[in-house]
Amino acid sequence: MNKTALISTLKKFSKQYLPCIIVTVFFIICQIMISANAMPRTTKSMLIPVCVYIVMAVSLNLTVGISGELSLGHAGFMSIGAFTGVVMATYSREVFGFSQPLQLIFALVIGGIMAGIMGFLIGIPVLRLRGDYLAIVTLAFGEIIRNILNCIYISLEGKDLHFGFNNNTLPGTQIMRGPTGVTGVKTISTFTAGFLLVLFTLIVVINLVHSRSGRAIMAIRDNRIAAESVGLNVTGYKLLAFVSSAVLAGMGGALFGLNYAVTSPSNFSFNASILILVYVVLGGIGNITGSVIAAAILYILPEELRSFNDYRMLAYAVVLIAVMLITNNAKIKNFINNLLKKNDEKGGETV
Amino acid sequence: MTEITKRRSDTKMVEYPSRSIVPERDIDKCPVLECRHLGIEFGGLKAVDDFNLTIGPTEIAGLIGPNGAGKTTVFNLLTKVYQPTHGMVMVDGKDTAGMNTIQASKLGLARTFQNIRLFSQMSVEDNVRIGLHNQIAYNTASGILRLPGFWKGEKKQHEKALELLSIFNMQDMANVKAGSLPYGAQRRLEILRALATSPKLLLLDEPAAGMNPKETEELMDTIIKIRNDFQIAIMLIEHDMNLVMGICEGICVLNFGKVIAKGTAEEIQNNPEVIEAYLGKQKEEA
Repeated sequence: MNKTALISTLKKFSKQYLPCIIVTVFFIICQIMISANAMPRTTKSMLIPVCVYIVMAVSLNLTVGISGELSLGHAGFMSIGAFTGVVMATYSREVFGFSQPLQLIFALVIGGIMAGIMGFLIGIPVLRLRGDYLAIVTLAFGEIIRNILNCIYISLEGKDLHFGFNNNTLPGTQIMRGPTGVTGVKTISTFTAGFLLVLFTLIVVINLVHSRSGRAIMAIRDNRIAAESVGLNVTGYKLLAFVSSAVLAGMGGALFGLNYAVTSPSNFSFNASILILVYVVLGGIGNITGSVIAAAILYILPEELRSFNDYRMLAYAVVLIAVMLITNNAKIKNFINNLLKKNDEKGGETV
Repeated sequence: MTEITKRRSDTKMVEYPSRSIVPERDIDKCPVLECRHLGIEFGGLKAVDDFNLTIGPTEIAGLIGPNGAGKTTVFNLLTKVYQPTHGMVMVDGKDTAGMNTIQASKLGLARTFQNIRLFSQMSVEDNVRIGLHNQIAYNTASGILRLPGFWKGEKKQHEKALELLSIFNMQDMANVKAGSLPYGAQRRLEILRALATSPKLLLLDEPAAGMNPKETEELMDTIIKIRNDFQIAIMLIEHDMNLVMGICEGICVLNFGKVIAKGTAEEIQNNPEVIEAYLGKQKEEA
């Protein structure tokens, strides 16, 4: 292959996988800081939740940005992943005697599968709707999931898992206790696992978007009637996007559940869904790099603003409004675009 | 000898609308489209009524008529956007009863739209690639995992897409966003996307709308070229009489949902009913 072709392929590659590169660079910086003891404790404790919310934002972007369906129940899939993950980690530790990394992988996989199954079951009726109606119904399903989880009791007796619905007298050691959720969880999530999950999510979503199926999903978003007229299976591809999004959210949820000693269903309320949606909208709908950056910044921001005490959430709100106004201002947008273009031209000259 | 018991009342038999006119070269071939008594009612309003038409496999057919005559409704019936309430549609000898739009597309029907419906956020090449979706296929898993099937499929799609774009000399615009193309180019891209599904019958809804006379001339040449190169039938709705009379072999005139005339360009031009539908009744004394 000649030199120019190689450079252009490399350019295309780096453009496609830009979020992966950013995440990897940040991971390396964080690892260096941790090993040099240069990272404050509070920041260190935020690393795994940041990874989780990046996964959540990118997976929601698949539904909202790529597939164009406004979903307000994303935290529902997260909660299914979280509780399944915790139960599966405990089960695999007690019954199979898995080591910690294996427990984590097992929990992530089963958590993802469970959330995917729920996504499929919910998707069948929900994806018949469009626009606002779909948003309301996903909101309702998110709340239904939370309320059902409020009633579920799970205990482990020897090798048997017992399930109870509104029944707190199950034999054996209780793992999940209805509204109290899971307590005394062994926190086996690690930053490296979080990073790998983010990378996995990004690669799956980017590869999907830049393939035949991804193009079909975007075509259906852009014009449903035309997509049907060229023979695209509209329902199938919508379901594909919705279920993939749910699976990734379930995996993120499992990592989340195994990061805290206590997790209860009330952690996954409507507010949590909206929070994730804010990351997606602020990062730019359909923009995966934007989701990654927005999730990281907007998760860290309120925590770092603690020095403002009472004015913390006010400052957060002001920042949100300011970012929205700035990113939607045509003049500023043009300015940034011109800057980027100039850089590109310069790059072209040197090559 | 047992006597045949007669259970039916005396039925009056009428002639079934057989092949109407098709080009002579297509006479011994299975017609690509055959509509029999096709009709649709919207709550008592007969939008299309008793529509009979046969199109040969390499014919360029025209469907004309004043505004609101039901021309686009006919296209919607053929492509199963609407389910007909009367009659039947046969595509390449197969009955399409009960099919949906997707199945009709797989059977070999492709269309463009009167108000352009492109995937405006996607690039020109990706628009054509969507047309190739069912022609050059690989599964989702090999797309996510970047298996060899993905690279092979992508390469084939890319080559085929550029080949199709070269019909209208649009290869240079391959990476432009479809929504930012000029109007005429958007119309051409829509034709290419329909063509990418390798149809047997291409339905064009006002392909020359918004084009200047020079562009229309070019479009006429291209339509004939497409027919010759791909050996497919083309049916078009158009208000530009120059285009219709210039390239259409068989023409069908609709007015108020009914066929008022069928024939060649010369026959249609001299048909008093057609003239009346377009220009109104001639005054007796004039």
